[in-house]
Amino acid sequence: MTTMTLAKALNAGLRRAMEDDPKVLVMGEDVGKLGGVFRITDGLQKDFGEERVIDSPLAESGIVGTAVGLAMRGYRPVVEIQFDGFVYPAYDQIVSQVAKLHFRSGGKIPMPMVIRIPFGGGIGAVEHHSESPEAQFAHTPGLKVVACSNPVDGYWMIQQAVASDDPVVFLEPKRQYHADKAEVDEDAVPDPLHVSRVVRAGEHATLLAYGPTVKVCYAAATAAAEEGKELEVIDLRTLSPLDMAPVYDSVSRTGRAVVVHEAHVNLGLGAELAARVTERCFYSLQAPVLRVGGFDTPYPPARVEEEWLPDLDRVLDAVDRTLAY
Amino acid sequence: MTTTRDARTSIGRDLALDLYQTMMTIRRFETIAGELFAAGRLPGFIHLSIGQEAVAAGVCAALEDTDYITTTHRGHGHCIAKGGRVTEMMGELYGREGGYALGRSGSMHIADNAVGILGANAIVGGGIPMAVGGALAAQLAGHRQVSVSFFGDGAVAEGVAHECLNLATLWKLPIVFVCEHNGYAEMTPVSTHLANPDVTQLAAAYGMNATAVDGNDVAAVLAVSREAVARARNGGGPSFVQARTDRWRGHFEGDPQRYRPREEVQAMTDRDPIAAWRSVLGAEHGVSDDELDSMDDRITAELTSAVEKAEAMPLSDPAGLTRFVYPEASR
Repeated sequence: MTTMTLAKALNAGLRRAMEDDPKVLVMGEDVGKLGGVFRITDGLQKDFGEERVIDSPLAESGIVGTAVGLAMRGYRPVVEIQFDGFVYPAYDQIVSQVAKLHFRSGGKIPMPMVIRIPFGGGIGAVEHHSESPEAQFAHTPGLKVVACSNPVDGYWMIQQAVASDDPVVFLEPKRQYHADKAEVDEDAVPDPLHVSRVVRAGEHATLLAYGPTVKVCYAAATAAAEEGKELEVIDLRTLSPLDMAPVYDSVSRTGRAVVVHEAHVNLGLGAELAARVTERCFYSLQAPVLRVGGFDTPYPPARVEEEWLPDLDRVLDAVDRTLAY
Repeated sequence: MTTTRDARTSIGRDLALDLYQTMMTIRRFETIAGELFAAGRLPGFIHLSIGQEAVAAGVCAALEDTDYITTTHRGHGHCIAKGGRVTEMMGELYGREGGYALGRSGSMHIADNAVGILGANAIVGGGIPMAVGGALAAQLAGHRQVSVSFFGDGAVAEGVAHECLNLATLWKLPIVFVCEHNGYAEMTPVSTHLANPDVTQLAAAYGMNATAVDGNDVAAVLAVSREAVARARNGGGPSFVQARTDRWRGHFEGDPQRYRPREEVQAMTDRDPIAAWRSVLGAEHGVSDDELDSMDDRITAELTSAVEKAEAMPLSDPAGLTRFVYPEASR
């Protein structure tokens, strides 16, 4: 048992993944000597050497493309994209190559790559440093997309993503990196990577969240409980593929669902979740599935980001609306 | 720079014939593919490399089987020269289960790891970082493999090409960048798409050895490739080869080529790399026309057989399309 922040947990998980398999490499901007701008790769270059923890130029497309070549030759590259908005220069490589090579080669070329992306807002940064691009990757067949929300999941999910032969876009809620600590049992048997999990049980409505909004929804459920409203909170964890069984099970019981993500509501993950819940739980639903998320604007300047991000009040407002149906 | 005469004298008769066979196999493969496409027998798009055969043959003759290449949408020739099997290639063009990738990759994504073809790529410039990754893998593993990326002058305008030139030089990677400079980015002439059409100057600015060569002279291509490959293999880092050549066909089959006069293509055929090499074989190696004609016939027979085999392969099964989307699900 070790008490860790999410940042420390990811660091420890990466370290263990590198110990377990000499083919695991870490690449990215400032990941080596500096240890990453968020300290996620802190100390790894010192311990594993410059050949396994590679400081790259600011060349996201070249780095991800280079990682493709490494993966073709038997390595398991873990690429750090420094901030969410910096992934767009690599978007072509990820969507046109990483996602498609296994399919395109008739199963001959695996693509065991992890693309780590600190995502979401709340740290007083600006656009390109606070974005939630998950839907763009979840929309692409051939990519797996996961989001951790806490230190325990961070520790295990990063190891599972590295061990997977699938290319995984690994989303880390940057505002949670140093926010909370949790006990991590390094000898535990973790849940599989692609499962969603009920993190708080309730009977009146279901909140669906991932990454940074899990904490927001948990706080909303705690507040609602004081008013006698018991909200079930599901941490989706896996965004592609979605693990819908726990969601259907929950909504079948509660009859109400609210999806909460920082990403823009329009065509976000919430739209897909609402569609699937409606298709499968139609006769159980007491209200339409509601969505709470970022507004359909570019990410706002730091001074007003708290107005923009879904917070406790907006989640509770949606809960009130769904309960009022 | 190595002169053509020096280059020729370093090539023995067997290698000279091998180069001819590779070039002629490419020429015939492309010609047959063009005919099949025109007859409506091949699905999708195809982009032919007729006129550019000397680059593929000359560069790949400098490589070992264990070396890697990445190539482009116009990549049939490079795949053939690197040892790709024509039957599986033809099966892939036909979209058949017996193709290299179950008929999924089509003409533009042929790959064969067994002979070092990391893949052709439909995205212009898309193969360049993969070759850099292959070179980095070889360097990290301590292998003496060399990675080659073929791309056209069109790719030089892509940002990722420059990221890769920087990365390769920075990390002193065992790679050879081969710019097959045919003067066109798809349908746009180099005067319209590159600020500096001499790409060696751009590459040299990154600090790597950069050489221009007549890409229609297979001996000259082989000579500069040998130098570049030896440099890479011996830890000397990357090199850049600009091979000026000619694309006789349009960007794609069916391209009406309104952007250039017919005379331009006529002038290209006067610089036919295969005809030129036939003359060299006769004059310097004493190879008779009959010998070459019978080699041509054997090549045609092999390709005719490849077409027959491809046509006999089952069609790619649409029901199988959900397979191989994810590696883990295919374990």
